[in-house]
Amino acid sequence: MLRYTIKRLISLFISLAVASIVIFAVIEIAPGDPASFMLGMNAQPETLAALRAELGLDVPKVQRYLTWVGGMLSGDFGTSYTYRTPVMDMISDRLWVSLPLALYALVLSTALAFPAGIYAASRRGQAGDIGVMGATQLGVAVPNFWFAMMLVLIFAINLRWFAAGGFVGWDKGLWAGLHALTLPAIALALPQAAILARVMRSSLLDVLGEDFMRTARAKGLTARQALWRHGLRNALIPVLTIIGLQFSFLLAGSIIIEQVFYLPGLGRLVFQSISARDLIVVESVVMLLVFSVITVNFLVDLAYAAVDPRLRSRT
Amino acid sequence: MNLLEITNLSLSIHALKILRDVTLSVAPGEIVAVTGESGSGKSLTALATMQLLPKGAELSGHIMLGDQDLTELTEAQLCEIRGNDVGMVFQEPMTALNPVQTIGAQVAETIRVHHRDVSRQEAEARAAETLARVGLPQDRFPLSRYPHELSGGQRQRVVIAMAIALRPRLLIADEPTTALDVTTQAQILALLKKLAQEDGMGLLMITHDLAVVADMADRIIVMRHGEVVEQGETRSLLQNMRHPYTKMLFEASGHRVSLPEPPPPQPLLEVRNVIRDYRLPRTSLFGHPGHFRAVNDVSFTIQRGERLGLVGESGCGKSTLTRALLGLEQVQGGSITLNGAPVFSGTRPNLDVRRQMQVVFQDPFGSFNPRHRVDRLITEPFHLLHDPPQGADRTRAIDEALTAVGLTHKDASKYIHEFSGGQRQRIAIARALIIRPELILFDEAVSALDVSVRAQILDLLADLCGAYDLTYLFISHDLSVVRTVTDRVLVMKSGEIVEQGQTEDVFERPAHTYTQSLIAAAPVLPQFEQARA
Repeated sequence: MLRYTIKRLISLFISLAVASIVIFAVIEIAPGDPASFMLGMNAQPETLAALRAELGLDVPKVQRYLTWVGGMLSGDFGTSYTYRTPVMDMISDRLWVSLPLALYALVLSTALAFPAGIYAASRRGQAGDIGVMGATQLGVAVPNFWFAMMLVLIFAINLRWFAAGGFVGWDKGLWAGLHALTLPAIALALPQAAILARVMRSSLLDVLGEDFMRTARAKGLTARQALWRHGLRNALIPVLTIIGLQFSFLLAGSIIIEQVFYLPGLGRLVFQSISARDLIVVESVVMLLVFSVITVNFLVDLAYAAVDPRLRSRT
Repeated sequence: MNLLEITNLSLSIHALKILRDVTLSVAPGEIVAVTGESGSGKSLTALATMQLLPKGAELSGHIMLGDQDLTELTEAQLCEIRGNDVGMVFQEPMTALNPVQTIGAQVAETIRVHHRDVSRQEAEARAAETLARVGLPQDRFPLSRYPHELSGGQRQRVVIAMAIALRPRLLIADEPTTALDVTTQAQILALLKKLAQEDGMGLLMITHDLAVVADMADRIIVMRHGEVVEQGETRSLLQNMRHPYTKMLFEASGHRVSLPEPPPPQPLLEVRNVIRDYRLPRTSLFGHPGHFRAVNDVSFTIQRGERLGLVGESGCGKSTLTRALLGLEQVQGGSITLNGAPVFSGTRPNLDVRRQMQVVFQDPFGSFNPRHRVDRLITEPFHLLHDPPQGADRTRAIDEALTAVGLTHKDASKYIHEFSGGQRQRIAIARALIIRPELILFDEAVSALDVSVRAQILDLLADLCGAYDLTYLFISHDLSVVRTVTDRVLVMKSGEIVEQGQTEDVFERPAHTYTQSLIAAAPVLPQFEQARA
């Protein structure tokens, strides 16, 4: 297991290094130089020159790359051109909203999907299965912003249980923060839960057809015992893969939900900085997202090995 | 009183009749074999006894275990009986165990699920005892092993341990050795027999292979199309077979064909000192990866018109050697030439040589594209030719190949799912024949077939040898088949050819100890003097 972990860690660092080179190179080969791109067509030559100097475009590329990476490692992501504040501060503010929101949504979606998937699989072809599958079909088809609007209508406007939007900040206490994130988390979680429940169901059905499930029944286990003791853990691998993918999506892909609920999250930051051509912010946020995706993949790999002994011994 | 008494058992699944009036019994300590070909209902008889039938199954008749009628019990009562009074062993040891649980946990589970008051430690101690009993002692096979760390035979021992942990009165074994090598098969059969004797346990053994049970079963039950056609005490049943189906099964099991005399020797395929290494995964980041030598310094020659056999157990390198012969993989040493030309050139198969070789695989169900018609399937080797026959020539070639294997030109426009396993294997042979190759490789080509179908395919091979002067390499783990369809045989073990010679000489007077043990382990039908009717 230790050897496996070390191997995965090495591959994590290699992926990060390659990703940073690719991101840097893509920004470099954008037409014109980054400075003229950021300032647009009608830039004054003096402003352009000033920005070039600020971005350090006059030094060689390799040196610039190393400065950039070195800066990120020491927590210095540069200064936003548009807002004139350190990028680090902007990102960490937003991350305090986006990361809890993503985790909250992920927990909700898993909590919904597991029981639904297991229930449907254990009643294959019966009314319960058809009902759950119909609901998940809807969940996959209906966009999350529609759920968001419905949630606002019902729980914020009619019932007045929640605020319609905005974020109070964590200094008002954990409960207040979670309360404010509940509606957006549900809106994000519903479509994800629908997908996850379908994956859970089909993966479990595959496992239920395996020979060892019949062996378990021959030992005297009831159908339910066999499902919980032998089926579930074997069915988890594809489910873990989807959970990993979903987390990455939830972290950065929630821009529409952030708009609907007026949340100051990462998605909006990306959108705003792209519109403002603030390459410094874009570059940093993309790198951060890549980092989080690769880290989540690493955690998913460790989870695979925890679930399946065959992966552990394959070193 | 009998332990198991099945009377007038009929079974249908979604209105399809599977079993008709099956009546059989097993006494305590008795070994009863149920035999028959695929579709005879033998496996479903076993599953019906376990009451583990697929959904939609409708059952009538009685299955008495002692004084309980299993067909009238509730699911909860049945769960009490399964594993406790009746244990079951399945065919496929590779998939019958849960891959993510240790063998100790899986054996202990049988105990814990029936005796809630037994502590985990005690259940594990009893699991260790049971594993030792089936030949997996704790010093070499601790409870913490996972199934993937064991061989097929060892896994089957674990499955047996799970089934007998609570010393059930009845053990049902459904083709317990079909997926195993002959020497492993002999060990597992001996183990089952020993356990039945020691515990006075009734053993109901399901098998397609009469020879496997002939010297072990007390009684034999022959089934066909869901009905019992004949049953009786083993020796008397084999001496006076009354039903024509039993006679046919018996004859087909030991079916012999006569091959035409091979032409005078003239080398066709020459294999010289071939070595095939596989790279093993690196064990450390900067260390050199290790190698596994799958084929070690193998040399032999196939003469034109010769029928050569290659036998050996799984993992001996047969399949690796086959791939190397076909030029599908590069060898790390030695040379393989057909008519003097190498089978592998540079980084790819030498197509000039490749079009002179064809192969017939084991699985008649997986080796065809289900969306193509037969004419397209069997003309696939034409892709290897520079100017494949077109139009009327192509049609003629298809007709000829189909006729040669006993099918008709009408079959050309059908899809593969319309054919039985035996017919599919005929189509596979037609596909190999159609470009008139110099050499055909049969890779376990009859291993998946029922004995009666296998006999027909062997007859077909013998006929084709006469009509087409075939040269082939027949690779199989089944010694009795190799014995009848080859002139010469190679015995392979751990990547090396340990013995080669004229087939009859090798079988009559095996020189190498490994060959001797293989032949000793291979089940054979006893030859009784047949009583005259």
